[in-house]
Amino acid sequence: MNILTGNDLATGDVTWWTGEGWSIHVNDAVDVGDKGEEIAQAELAARRVNEAYVIEATAGADGIRPAHIKDRIRALGPTVRLDLSLKPADPSAGNWVI
Amino acid sequence: MLEFYTLREGGEAAELPAVTLEAFAGQSNATAVRIEPGEDARALLPHLDQVALVEVNFPVFGDGRGYSAARILREAGYTGELRAVGDVLVDQISHMVRCGFDSFAPDKPLDPALIEQAFTIFPNRYQKTVDPTVPIWALRHG
Amino acid sequence: MYQYDKYDQAMVDARVAEFRDQTQRRLAGQLTEAQFRPLRLMNGLYLQLHAYMLRVAVPYGTLSSKQMKMLAHIARKYDRDYGHFTTRQNIQYNWIKLSDAPDILADLARVEMHAIQTSGNCIRNISSDQYAGVAADEIADPRPLAELLRQWSSFHPEFTYLPRKFKIAVISSKQDRAAMRLHDIGIELVEKDGVVGAKIFVGGGMGRTPMIAPEIRDFVPFSEVVSYLEACLRVYNRHGRRDNKYKARIKILVHEMGKEEYTRQVEEEFAHMKTLGLDPPVAELERIAAHFAPPPYEIGLSDEIDLSDRDFAVWVDSQVAPHKQPGYAIVNISLKPIGGIPGDASSAQIDLIAELAAQYSFDELRVTHAQNIVLAHVKKADLYALWKALEAADLGTANLDLISDIIACPGLDYCSLANARSIPVAQKIAQRFSDIGRQKELGELKLKISGCINACGHHHAGNIGILGVDRKGVENYQLLLGGSGAEDVSLGQITGPGFDENGIVDAVEKATEVYLANRTEGERFVDTYRRIGMAPFKEALYA
Repeated sequence: MNILTGNDLATGDVTWWTGEGWSIHVNDAVDVGDKGEEIAQAELAARRVNEAYVIEATAGADGIRPAHIKDRIRALGPTVRLDLSLKPADPSAGNWVI
Repeated sequence: MLEFYTLREGGEAAELPAVTLEAFAGQSNATAVRIEPGEDARALLPHLDQVALVEVNFPVFGDGRGYSAARILREAGYTGELRAVGDVLVDQISHMVRCGFDSFAPDKPLDPALIEQAFTIFPNRYQKTVDPTVPIWALRHG
Repeated sequence: MYQYDKYDQAMVDARVAEFRDQTQRRLAGQLTEAQFRPLRLMNGLYLQLHAYMLRVAVPYGTLSSKQMKMLAHIARKYDRDYGHFTTRQNIQYNWIKLSDAPDILADLARVEMHAIQTSGNCIRNISSDQYAGVAADEIADPRPLAELLRQWSSFHPEFTYLPRKFKIAVISSKQDRAAMRLHDIGIELVEKDGVVGAKIFVGGGMGRTPMIAPEIRDFVPFSEVVSYLEACLRVYNRHGRRDNKYKARIKILVHEMGKEEYTRQVEEEFAHMKTLGLDPPVAELERIAAHFAPPPYEIGLSDEIDLSDRDFAVWVDSQVAPHKQPGYAIVNISLKPIGGIPGDASSAQIDLIAELAAQYSFDELRVTHAQNIVLAHVKKADLYALWKALEAADLGTANLDLISDIIACPGLDYCSLANARSIPVAQKIAQRFSDIGRQKELGELKLKISGCINACGHHHAGNIGILGVDRKGVENYQLLLGGSGAEDVSLGQITGPGFDENGIVDAVEKATEVYLANRTEGERFVDTYRRIGMAPFKEALYA
């Protein structure tokens, strides 16, 4: 699947396109098919996101998994500071990015 | 919004047809010339007394060669119009003035209020360049 | 240390106002990201993996306790309670909101700090020796010239849109603690006929194409340094490559044009520049230098240190360096606890170090390019109390210049340019060699890790260097041997095929075994490597 990601313009938070808006949780991302670039341009113009781009991902039992490690780290947070990640209670959360 | 802005007396855009540096070298009657990034502003130095307008082109604002071109011309005593053209943004023009530009013909018009602000926001400057600003080190040592 | 006058203060205040306006225009849609990006970068604001990142300048690495406390305040108020000290003696905050950035700059301006030109294709923060002013072998304190150049380079109208970023280092000792010759311009203070001036090196750097800067002039008097640097920069601004960002640094220009031709053009431009009255009077450098007068040392202090506490003795042996004033010492505070994140410090730690500097070191601190902190003037009689306080805050690690004193860039955990993570590798190596006896047995061994080819972690300059690369979406690590960023500057050589995360830790260990098996009396790791060459290491690594 193709998903759309970027950073919130004002806060810098990593965000994922949900079909209606933006979420910080990658599992809320939807397949944008070939519409990603079009949505990105509209959202950039509306200043709801910064530096938006389309990536490949797969949907499985564990949720949505971006194809590249960089976006998996963006989805989780820094693996060396899991206390600051989106899964602070899971000491093995870092394994997901590999 | 301004499509042309000048600090020169009179305030009108001199509508001289600017020729390329190459064309200028081959035709002695031209009085306006346009310098592209990468061209040597010093090639003009022997002819400064016949030039009334030099346009320095900024195809993209991040290409800073035009700043050196402008300063070189002023350092050599050029007193004619020095115009920045192309991708000229309001956040760059105070630096351009310090390098000797005195008029601006941007691709996209400039907001006069922002121009005013750009010229007044910094009360002083650290460097001596080709504009009349007295640098901070000179203010300190009277 | 330097203190702003009304002019300096007005400049940073104006910058805050300017950036506040630019940020508002961006948030209101009057500036596109393409237009705003260079403006925010020139105020140190990047967009990184998880948020905006703000890089705050610590000019030539020196700051006061009050300034250090402000760095802690910013970490607490605007970030997630910590900061990261970098290889360019700056500090970075990883979780900044764009909308907060103007307020942060305003807070910094209140303590005479800024983030001006900590990014962008302009002249960056000028770095220096963390032992400036206290090293026994220095010609003169390099910081007054560095401050003069900070002012000269701030908002320089001709050199704000250079082909690429531009880094300057100033040192004054034969011992190079600032990787001077790996900078775009390296300046070494030298004495000629009884006069102090500047020796100039141009065209060094790391990154994709590492180069050691050649000397292009043996002496420039202080009264002409600004003209000379303007000449160096102008030749670069006009002729540096702009067609390919990977070939845009001045090192490529000097290399392609040739040192002789580059020097010739600089000299020609310099002859012209000298006539323009660009140089501040010598009185200006003297005015600045007066701020760097030595602190009021006590006279007649003992040089004795009671080393009966064994752990304290280990720390002193590793972290304390000789000071030119009798009875005083230079203290290196390690930001490299075993298993920690190199260069990271919590706001509580930053506050504590600030308080200790106020109490024990005349209110002044230094940041080092190796991502540690220095208290430059500590009475030997105070060392024990200082160590106790550091120990209690997890700041008492004794590993200066040992294998666990690792330089590491933020890597793929934080950085949008990175190809692989650096910090986990640093942590695993430090843990593998956690035994201090083992580290000391290995002796001086500078290990440096970068998460991509841009080399923020100085891997080319590591006795052991590690470069993280992306191999088909999987992190992979190349090993380099033989680099040095010191006065014996050299560039490391890649050993061969890369390793995975655990494999690179094993490879480092094997390299140390080759060293131990081959070293002769008094040889450091890098000395042995230089004597025996790559072959024995390769054999052990790829057997």
